[in-house]
Amino acid sequence: MIIAERKRFEEIRSMLAGYKKILVVGCGTCVTICWAGGEKEVGILASQLRLASNKVGDELTILEATVERQCEREMVEEVKDKVQQVEAIVSMACGVGVQTMADMFEGKPVFPALNTTFMGMPEGEGVWTEKCGGCGDCMLYWTGGICPVVRCAKGLLNGPCGGTRRGGKCEIDPEKDCAWVLIYRRLEKQGRLDLMRKYYEPKNYRAVKRPGKVQAMQA
Amino acid sequence: MSVGRDNRIIAFCCEKSAYLAADRAGRMRLCYPDNVRIIRVPCAGRVGTLHILRAFEEGAAGVLVMGCQEGACQHLTGNLRARDRVRYAAALLREVGMDGERVKMVNLAPDTAEKFVRAVKDMAEEIKER
Repeated sequence: MIIAERKRFEEIRSMLAGYKKILVVGCGTCVTICWAGGEKEVGILASQLRLASNKVGDELTILEATVERQCEREMVEEVKDKVQQVEAIVSMACGVGVQTMADMFEGKPVFPALNTTFMGMPEGEGVWTEKCGGCGDCMLYWTGGICPVVRCAKGLLNGPCGGTRRGGKCEIDPEKDCAWVLIYRRLEKQGRLDLMRKYYEPKNYRAVKRPGKVQAMQA
Repeated sequence: MSVGRDNRIIAFCCEKSAYLAADRAGRMRLCYPDNVRIIRVPCAGRVGTLHILRAFEEGAAGVLVMGCQEGACQHLTGNLRARDRVRYAAALLREVGMDGERVKMVNLAPDTAEKFVRAVKDMAEEIKER
């Protein structure tokens, strides 16, 4: 899922200078799970903005809403009435949600309250780690389900680099495991160590891939 | 609305410990500031971060979250969750330029009326100074 974290409060507040009525919109999917932009976080940010405004005597009215998925037009449609009442929107969704809101309500400025960071999964309570970089050319078959593109600090496709520290730790960040040590151990468990000998061509980053588009075939 | 306009202290009291301690303080005729408002909760863990922030929005000068001693929570980890939420709320208050010391977690046993009174008096003093 997409992992995001909230921007610093001062940064959010500075975006709203001069606005007197805003809507803070959360998303009920990825950012709810990673405690960044769900209904609770919408309430907290709105409360902080009110406290900060009251402290300096500014006038600020805040409407709150959370949609199930802010990247779906049909769901974003639900807040249309609230959007009409405000001067600006603060989106607590990932970058996709922010842009969906901005596309649907072009007349209103939409400000991001989160920094979208990566695609990842929970490792423990409140801890999420990056697992996928969306490179568009998945090689997980060859690496036992461990992605070297994001989990190797150098993004090596034919690792390890030779700098692996004692205990299988990364040369760049000794707190992280060397991805290629993990890959080796995984392939060893699966009896597929022969794949370590496969040479993987460098990824072709020259081909224009952005903005990406996928046309799925209907079932 | 301004913070502390009423000088009120909101005390969220776990019904297994702090609420009983407050009740005992009453029966013992112990005096404590009259600007405290006690809200009974089934467990300190029921108090959310937003409850704390909303109390300040509504004009509270200080918030106490009072629950069982660590290790004694009937719901096992309610008081630990409350402790973490109080810390989080204090950080959120500091982010908006408010004093994080205005919200505190207090752990006590049901028969410690004096501790309840001490905690309330300390918060009242703290508010007066700030």
